[in-house]
Amino acid sequence: MTRVTEWVSGLGHVVNEKIARLGFAARFFVMLLVYSGQSFRRFPLTIREIYFSGVLSLLIILVSGLFVGLVLGLQGYETLQRYGSADALGVLVALSLTRELGPVVAALLFASRAGSSVTAEIGLMKATEQLTAMDMMAVNPMARVVAPRFWGGVISMPLLAAMFSAMGVFGGYLIGVVFIGVDDGAFWSQMQSSVDFRQDIINGVIKSFVFGVAVSLIAVFEGYDSTPTAEGVSRAITRTVVTSALAILALDFVLTSFMFRGL
Amino acid sequence: MNRKLLDLWVGFFVAFGIAALLFLALKVGNLSSANFSETYALQAKFDNIGGLKVRAPVKSAGVAVGRVGEIRFDPQTYEAVVTINVDARYHFPKDTFASILTSGLLGEQYVGLDVGGDEKLLQAGDVIAKTQSAVVLEKLISQFLFSKASDGPDKK
Amino acid sequence: MSDSGSLVKISGLNFSYDERPVLRGIDMDIPRGKVIAIMGGSGCGKTTLLRLIGGQLKPTHGEVQVAGHAVDRMGHDELYALRRRMGMLFQFGALFTDMSVFDNVAYPLREHTSLSEELIRDITLMKLSAVGLRGAEALMPGALSGGMARRVALARAIALDPLLIMYDEPFTGLDPISLGVIGQLIRRLNDALGATSIMVTHDIHESLAIVDYIYFMSGGRVVAQGTPDEIRASKDPFVHQFVYAEADGPVPFHYPAPPFGKELLGKGAV
Repeated sequence: MTRVTEWVSGLGHVVNEKIARLGFAARFFVMLLVYSGQSFRRFPLTIREIYFSGVLSLLIILVSGLFVGLVLGLQGYETLQRYGSADALGVLVALSLTRELGPVVAALLFASRAGSSVTAEIGLMKATEQLTAMDMMAVNPMARVVAPRFWGGVISMPLLAAMFSAMGVFGGYLIGVVFIGVDDGAFWSQMQSSVDFRQDIINGVIKSFVFGVAVSLIAVFEGYDSTPTAEGVSRAITRTVVTSALAILALDFVLTSFMFRGL
Repeated sequence: MNRKLLDLWVGFFVAFGIAALLFLALKVGNLSSANFSETYALQAKFDNIGGLKVRAPVKSAGVAVGRVGEIRFDPQTYEAVVTINVDARYHFPKDTFASILTSGLLGEQYVGLDVGGDEKLLQAGDVIAKTQSAVVLEKLISQFLFSKASDGPDKK
Repeated sequence: MSDSGSLVKISGLNFSYDERPVLRGIDMDIPRGKVIAIMGGSGCGKTTLLRLIGGQLKPTHGEVQVAGHAVDRMGHDELYALRRRMGMLFQFGALFTDMSVFDNVAYPLREHTSLSEELIRDITLMKLSAVGLRGAEALMPGALSGGMARRVALARAIALDPLLIMYDEPFTGLDPISLGVIGQLIRRLNDALGATSIMVTHDIHESLAIVDYIYFMSGGRVVAQGTPDEIRASKDPFVHQFVYAEADGPVPFHYPAPPFGKELLGKGAV
């Protein structure tokens, strides 16, 4: 009997803690938005963060995009040619990339490349009292450290996702047209007739923007909320990557079900 | 890190990202070909539209000249009313024939316009009088079987 | 200002983390222009006291006044305005690791003044020169030794010529030479700037050499106070233990525990 009540109260404790943390995260987000104005007036700070999270993620995004495109080209051709519709290869590659793979895979890569390093940076600044020192110097760490990193990520993410998709389409073209010999004209024209600008491309951009907000928020929050020890920071980094991945996939499902309903 | 170099890299990054978006919009998507800036609406009533969808192309002589804007059911006549938006550059005679066709055997369905010989042109909001519904495979097969069955005894 | 004698006035200060009391009824009066040391064993609430003075924590009861204004009743903007007149040296310097030594010291000037870059350069070099590190301006904080990092942090803390300088354990982990250097700097800078300094430390001998007044804290209370001479002569058992670094005394060597014999026998006795 006591074991049951212990278990139940343990469960209650965990739930309470999670909800309190969620509330803290929500308040953190509001503060972040409030102090964003200050950081926009000093835009070079944000440019610096676009460099760190965007430019430095370029290589991994472009190379992964190319490989995903190559694989889609091979697998897609393999399946489509059984039904004699290898001409539709362009459609398959372009639709899977712009609707799903581009935003989702780019966001997952972004979370592990840029998100984790943002968490580590903020966590270490906290652990070495740099954030407290800044606060004591009457400089708000929210405006000076957190907000630029958040907006840097939010701005970088859609651009990275677009590059990933473009690179993937190029990879599909390389495999399909250059190596296998699908007709060049059919590849592009079929793609153009079935990929809709608003329905597919704009929706993909919206998705990548939402993922950018989610991943950047998780990264800065985990860093800011980390326990200021070596162990605490490393656990915060792990949490950033895991929570981001879950958030991306869950949000993707929600967004997809709204965007492509009834198609 | 040098401020100028940093700005340069970020500038490249943003330009490259926008280029990728443009590539997706123009080369992969249909922004270049299918955005008819100015259109006028025509209506056509069909007994059966088969699998026609909103935003399906409207073609004349194989060239896309517009898009399906709206599909609704008319409860008085029990017909499907399809609104098509035609590019303002193109005008068609009154007796134009609208039919629902399929690209290839299993491809998507579109509205085909066959031009008639009337001197008067269709104006915005007009209804296309002559239409042909979508070919429904099941009906085709049953018609074929029916005609076979009725033909049968005569031959003997 | 009404109270021109003292810069910081602490009255009836209580503070608890969650339910655990850290400070219980602290009263202090810190006059302008003096160097004050707050001493005590590790974990007696000294650093918490500094944070309360800086307005980073709010007292549970009582109040902290700096220059005649209650810190805990200030709004965000007022508090930030006050903090521009405060400098704080953190235990390990807390230098911004992504900036050079020069940029670290120039940081408060760039954030809070609209001085031209040339003037900022002059002031920064002057401050670095005051701590003897003008030659190290281009180094990154990672390349500095502990003592040097702390001197750079000190230069940064005095960049805006503060009224009040707070030191959190300035002597921890330094070799004897650096220790002496930092001690002398604290005294000299305080007098040169006409500032007031509060130093939290447990390094008794270095402090006795440079400070004007000492508070001893234990268990969240002030247990003894006096000038360095009074402290050396004190008969108070706690002060005596602290000054002469005895292992046992009023501050026990053992963490509270049941009698050892009982615990050894415990398993068998049940």
